[in-house]
Amino acid sequence: MLANYFPVLVFIVIALVFGVVLLTLGSVIGPTAPNTEKNSPYECGFEAFEDSRMKFDVRYYLVAILFIIFDLEIAFLFPWAVVLDQIGVEAFAAMGVFLGILVIGFIYEWKKGALEWE
Amino acid sequence: MAAFFDSLLLVIVTVLKVLLIMIPLLLSVAYLTYAERKVIGAMQVRNGPNRVGWKGLLQPIADVLKLLTKEIIVPTNSHRFLFLIAPILSLAPAFAAWAVIPFNDTAVLADVNAGLLYVLALTSLGVYGVIVAGWASNSKYAFLGAMRSAAQIVAYEIAMGFALVGVLMVSGSLNLGDIVRAQEGSIFHWFWLPLLPLFLVYFISGVAETNRAPFDVAEGESEIVAGFHVDYSGMAFALFFLAEYANMIMIAALTSVLFLGGWLSPVSFLPDSMIWFFLKVALMLFFFLWFRATFPRYRYDQIMRLGWKIFIPVTIVWIVVEAVAILLEIEPWFALRAA
Repeated sequence: MLANYFPVLVFIVIALVFGVVLLTLGSVIGPTAPNTEKNSPYECGFEAFEDSRMKFDVRYYLVAILFIIFDLEIAFLFPWAVVLDQIGVEAFAAMGVFLGILVIGFIYEWKKGALEWE
Repeated sequence: MAAFFDSLLLVIVTVLKVLLIMIPLLLSVAYLTYAERKVIGAMQVRNGPNRVGWKGLLQPIADVLKLLTKEIIVPTNSHRFLFLIAPILSLAPAFAAWAVIPFNDTAVLADVNAGLLYVLALTSLGVYGVIVAGWASNSKYAFLGAMRSAAQIVAYEIAMGFALVGVLMVSGSLNLGDIVRAQEGSIFHWFWLPLLPLFLVYFISGVAETNRAPFDVAEGESEIVAGFHVDYSGMAFALFFLAEYANMIMIAALTSVLFLGGWLSPVSFLPDSMIWFFLKVALMLFFFLWFRATFPRYRYDQIMRLGWKIFIPVTIVWIVVEAVAILLEIEPWFALRAA
């Protein structure tokens, strides 16, 4: 059972190693000639001003929160969807209540304008 | 001792199998970039690359060699470790997800029963590479690009997840091989027809997930130059590039497996074969290139509106409809499930 996952593990390890090898190869073969101008952050030729760790729009944060809620919902839906025909109407009703609550929340966000990006 | 050699042999065989998937995949990525330039060139009545090798066929190799011999610039202000780890973080999941993709009835590296869950998990991981790169670069463009890209990826991730739930409801299995087997019959039994809205939502979300045109505001050459990887150069940039194209192939392969019957033949008089799978993947990839040549870039608010206000409601409604259809034993959804 768990042995089935062994190739998956090997694949992940090889993919990571591959990335590291390519980066190392690139830094070995490529030249290294640092200078202050080259190593400053790219700003279309201007001197970099201010700190780039600046304030950003709160809506990105909102999107992240909404994502967590909906992604969890999907994680709950996965097992339910697989065995749907065996668990019958009660399970459908239970998931209906769960989805219903989330949909009410979704409508609330929508009306509140959390999804607006002018 | 014998047990040790047995497990050593198992490791070696597995590594060889992994390489058997990865090397052709790398070649496909290389030639996808070539195909992209040729196809878009043809659509714009130009030649595309035609100097390196016969009809420019060696162009991807030349590109790789060029990138390999370029300096990897690490900006002074950046967080060095995170800056270098980010391209690896975005590349590894794009490749590792291939472990569970079935090429034909028997050719699959890891025939796990939670295949779809694994794919969903790994495709979600790609966003870490983006956000880490944008933050670690400590550059305004990179930061803005990463924020946009991350918000866009997570928004479409949800629509994609719901589309997958719809597939699960009719296939009754998380194993990708079983999902293909549930589509047996003819081209009209493949899930694209009974699940048409989900198929469209899935593929369009896939295009948005990979930050491809017309959803490429995260790169937006004309405003934030290249988005999250603006400060990357040489091989570090090449890794992001590889990851983007590997992800495109991944989305094309998943669309083929989930909605277009994987290795199944479209007509009954031709046998099922791996070749069908590759043809379907190539067709979906062609759509990616075609979109890029045809559609102008969406505005960011349009992208978010499409994701949140159209795709998510559509998929939720469709899931409820589908569940009712299965419970009331309405064809064809119920028949698909029984098969």
